[in-house]
Amino acid sequence: MTNGGGSFEPEEFVRIAREALARLRGSRRFLLLIGAAVIFIATLGSSYYQVEPDEVALVTRFGRFVRTSNPGPHGKFPFGVEQVQKVPVQRQLKQEFGFRTVRADIQSSFRKDEKTAAESLMLTGDLNVATVEWIVQYKIADPYKYLFKLRDVEETFRLMAEASMRTVVGDHSVTELLTVGREAIAAKAKELLSNLCKLYDNGIAVQQLVLQDVDPPELVKPSFNAVNQAIQERERAINEAWAEYNQEIPRARGLAEQKVEAAEGYAVDRVNRAKGDAQRFVALEEQYRKAPEVTRTRLYLETLSAVLPAAGKKLIFDEKAKGILPMFPLGPQAEVKP
Amino acid sequence: MSGRVLLVGGGLLVVVALTLGSTFFTVSETEQVVITQFGEPIGQAITRPGLHVKLPFAQEANVFDKRWLEWNGNANQLPTRDKKYIWVETYARWRIADPLLFFQRLRDERGAQSRLDDIIDGDTRNVIANHNLIEVVRTSNRSFERAEEVEDVMEAEAMRQVELGRDKITRLILERASRVVPDYGIELVDLQIQRVNYIESVQAKVFDRMISERKRIADRHRSEGQGKSAEIRGKKERELKVIESEAYRKTQEIMGRGDAEATGIYASAYNRDRELYRFLRTMETYRATIDKDSWLVLSTDADLFRYLQSPGAAGPSGRSPKR
Repeated sequence: MTNGGGSFEPEEFVRIAREALARLRGSRRFLLLIGAAVIFIATLGSSYYQVEPDEVALVTRFGRFVRTSNPGPHGKFPFGVEQVQKVPVQRQLKQEFGFRTVRADIQSSFRKDEKTAAESLMLTGDLNVATVEWIVQYKIADPYKYLFKLRDVEETFRLMAEASMRTVVGDHSVTELLTVGREAIAAKAKELLSNLCKLYDNGIAVQQLVLQDVDPPELVKPSFNAVNQAIQERERAINEAWAEYNQEIPRARGLAEQKVEAAEGYAVDRVNRAKGDAQRFVALEEQYRKAPEVTRTRLYLETLSAVLPAAGKKLIFDEKAKGILPMFPLGPQAEVKP
Repeated sequence: MSGRVLLVGGGLLVVVALTLGSTFFTVSETEQVVITQFGEPIGQAITRPGLHVKLPFAQEANVFDKRWLEWNGNANQLPTRDKKYIWVETYARWRIADPLLFFQRLRDERGAQSRLDDIIDGDTRNVIANHNLIEVVRTSNRSFERAEEVEDVMEAEAMRQVELGRDKITRLILERASRVVPDYGIELVDLQIQRVNYIESVQAKVFDRMISERKRIADRHRSEGQGKSAEIRGKKERELKVIESEAYRKTQEIMGRGDAEATGIYASAYNRDRELYRFLRTMETYRATIDKDSWLVLSTDADLFRYLQSPGAAGPSGRSPKR
């Protein structure tokens, strides 16, 4: 556009082009030029193709496969002699069963309808019913087979996946499906699907099969929840019993320990007292033996002089005098000093 | 003059182009072609992809697909041998193995589809009707893993031994259908049971059964909880008794041992002079028992009053107690 360094206004450019066309118009050369240009552009356009980084392109010449091209710009014979079909071999592809992702985002939104419900409803091995949602992730391992082996390869792949999953679920109980068997079921279904892919030779490599929501049918759900609730109840009852146990047993142990300790104390107390008393008696006895008579009298009188004043009422009588005797009120004041 | 030349030249060009277009034809990777001459097939089918030649105008290239083609069955309501009504959906994949025969017998794919409907639906019905439901659902006789001790809530029907299983039943249908289709130039390459479901009225009954099964499981959990907690409480009671009685035994033992030792000590000490012990102990008892509420009735004969009436009386000690 910038011809000769000078800058043109758009109107001026159009005017110059128009003048140039007017000069050519009517001449034979002009027609030839137009024809050549059209042919040139068409040839160029149908000889060039570009392969994106996640694809390969399969080229067929007169319908026959001739080569595969890797990502980048490429050339081919024009005008339908060679045709190009691109296959995204690097991309991880996904099929969803029992639901559809409408919009994948931070919070994806899903859609379920009658069609997806029919996909997910299936019989389990114990002749119960469950709804199973799952996804299959896969890659196109062999683009040639993928393109030329089956007519509707994607739809067929979906059917294969459904048949595999139902076969596996049909060999597991509903309890297994909902709890312990999930991983095994997914692994087995993946194996079956991979085998089918081998049999169909469709060029697809199954990479992952993941179970999503697996539920009992809507009508039966409450009773399945009731089972969970019952399990909770059972756990709670057991836990409560253990809590009681753990509360009471250590306390009883402590109390028992306390009683034993107290008994030990009692025993030591008894023995010490006995030893003390014995010691005291022995000491006394040793001295007593030296002068038994006088010591005995002394102890007797000492006791009496302590005891007699303490007694509230004292009555002394003489057996020789008949009848009631005159009383000697030996009150607390009338002390008899030893 | 030059105008006429142009007209003739143009006409020739069109004729040549039409002839060439009718002579050459391409066969793609997914196609196979049967050449017919005035409607009559000529030679073998062309399966090699690429550019091919035929007689222009007189011969016609009839293109057929070479790939595996789809056949998706409708859901059929079928009875099993044990009189369970189920919906069965099958799908099959087939290919045109003999395009010439196919062309002669069926003409096109639409004809093939309706023929396959008849054959596969019929064979599916026959095979399913000759087998119990469990054979169609299960593949093997693997025993279910038990998650929560639910083994005996299962239906007897579901516990029945599987003789063939889904895989073999599928093979059986495929085998039977495969017997007929070669007559049409078709090869059945695979057949699968895609879906098996109860019909609505049966499904309602199955749901009821599932609900009662779950109820039984829930009840069992609940009673198990009660049982276990009673067991734990019993264990607790027992251990409490053990602890308490052991403590009692130990305290009695210890106290007895203490008492015994003390008794021994007392005995060996007091044995030195039994009389003295009795005397001392009596004295102590006097001190302990006589208080201000006690009445003392004493005779003048008592030793204490020996000197009350006469200071000279002879006492046991011969001396006055006064110091």
